[in-house]
Amino acid sequence: MWDYVKLIVLAVVALLAAMAANYAHDLPYQVNMLVVMIAAVITFIYQLRHVGEARVHDQTQYMDGVIRAGVIATAFWGVVGFLVGVVIAFQLAFPALNIDNTMGILNFGRLRPLHTSAVIFAFGGNALIMSSFYVVQRTSAARLWGGNLAWFVFWGWQLMVVLAATSYVLGGTQSKEYAETVWYIDLWITVVWLAYLAVFVGTLVKRREPHIYVANWFYLSMIVTVAMLHVVNNAAVPVSLLSSISVPIYSGVQDAMVQWWYGHNAVGFFLTAGFLGMMYYFVPKQVERPVYSYKLSIIHFWALIFLYIWAGPHHLHYTALPDWASTLGMVFSVMLWMPSWGGMINGLMTLSGAWDKLRTDPVVRMMVIAIGFYGMSTFEGPVMSIKAVNSLSHYTDWTIGHVHSGALGWNGMITFSVLYFLTPRLWNRDKLYSLALVNWHFWLATIGIVLYASSMWVTGIMEGLMWREVDANGFLVNAFADTVAAKFPMYVVRGLGGAMFLTGALIMVYNLWMTVRAQPQRVVAYAGVPAE
Amino acid sequence: METYSLLREFADSWVLLSLTLFFLAVVVWVFRPGAKAVHKDAASVIFRNEKKPGDISSPSKEA
Repeated sequence: MWDYVKLIVLAVVALLAAMAANYAHDLPYQVNMLVVMIAAVITFIYQLRHVGEARVHDQTQYMDGVIRAGVIATAFWGVVGFLVGVVIAFQLAFPALNIDNTMGILNFGRLRPLHTSAVIFAFGGNALIMSSFYVVQRTSAARLWGGNLAWFVFWGWQLMVVLAATSYVLGGTQSKEYAETVWYIDLWITVVWLAYLAVFVGTLVKRREPHIYVANWFYLSMIVTVAMLHVVNNAAVPVSLLSSISVPIYSGVQDAMVQWWYGHNAVGFFLTAGFLGMMYYFVPKQVERPVYSYKLSIIHFWALIFLYIWAGPHHLHYTALPDWASTLGMVFSVMLWMPSWGGMINGLMTLSGAWDKLRTDPVVRMMVIAIGFYGMSTFEGPVMSIKAVNSLSHYTDWTIGHVHSGALGWNGMITFSVLYFLTPRLWNRDKLYSLALVNWHFWLATIGIVLYASSMWVTGIMEGLMWREVDANGFLVNAFADTVAAKFPMYVVRGLGGAMFLTGALIMVYNLWMTVRAQPQRVVAYAGVPAE
Repeated sequence: METYSLLREFADSWVLLSLTLFFLAVVVWVFRPGAKAVHKDAASVIFRNEKKPGDISSPSKEA
């Protein structure tokens, strides 16, 4: 019965999507509806071939298939996102790379949201979903709740990524940074995200451990907060059901404040809390000793939760935002430094007594550099949120450098180490194919980030100083184009840094591929082996 | 009084106070007597049940 209901729903969706594509008012909408139609048809055919099959969910086994898929998706979208990033970095250095006659599809303006969404939501999102599914099962000693709902979350998220990507390159956007997806994609994200919340909480509810391990707190706060941020920030009224264009319900400075309340907490919860969940599980696992201080981890959690949500106004210093609000944002940003460093110390000190692993295990080295970058970018952030510093740094490349030291150094490196941790375990292999290649990845990525961040510091501070330089009569010395010309060498260095980071990621993909391909499966011996 | 001023006054007095107190209470609660054993057990959760879910008949208490 349920099978037939699904088939009817999928058929109706495919039909409606085809009609919507036919009557579409704009190209992004039309192409998106065709993507929806194709996705519905593929799911319909899959469903048709499995009608009447009994679904087996063995409660004595973990649900690892969806995590394996997540590992593949994370690595794939990572490479795509880094590649687009390298392309747009060189487009800034060499504007001729904005190729004519592509209907604008390959222009910087279209590729930039593609890059940010690919790395944050496709790479980072898949990393969060798959690692949280892994962690919540192991620490709850329970199989994922909801049967195949986890698969719905996985495929729903991939569909969202494809919809967003096809929409951006054709000009579909609602012009909110990191929330460019148009209204119907936002609705779809909400559906998938709530399903994700249901799977996660459902698993926690049926846990067989009395305590909810701290990593799950971070993951859960990420899921709940992102749901709230997403819904509030994307509240908009579409101009037509057949158009991708919508009007936000806020206007003026309220709209700006809601956007940066969202934007900053997307960083705070999506890219910080969620990835701290990874840190609190995978770092202790890899070094084979419990987290340095469990007490500190609880205080870290609550301090982060209480402080982060206030920091958004620092994105709007010296704008129409009331002065008290931007001062509030600045003060809380500076206070945020403390829990951030508490967490960094907790992560690093987990290695105490096992520092030798830094020399022998490149995966541990990757985790440590990730935590190091977490510490550095959460120090840099509060500094940049101070009004006096912000008056120099804002609107310059310093901001871009800051974002990338966090995103490449912290999110990227911790995700890579998690991929290296999970692949042998999920595919039941003894070890990674090559530690030497992990080493190559480590150094290429690290040097790449250093080149990226330092070139952006130089160019950011330089352009900030050039913008404010006035002569004896009070006239501005530099035209905007002068700063653009002066930045050229740093842009080339930044592009090279990005290319190194991308090369490292490609080496990782090869290494993970060979881990599964070139090694025999481990003989399965389930006999109360604690950890390993 | 319009909504903005009302909410603002509420936010920077009672809500601010209660959130701060909640946070301080969490810190105190973390250091409560007897927490050490609980935290030690919780911190070692990750080293149990790596391959398979726990025993369904008897909740928790493995290892």
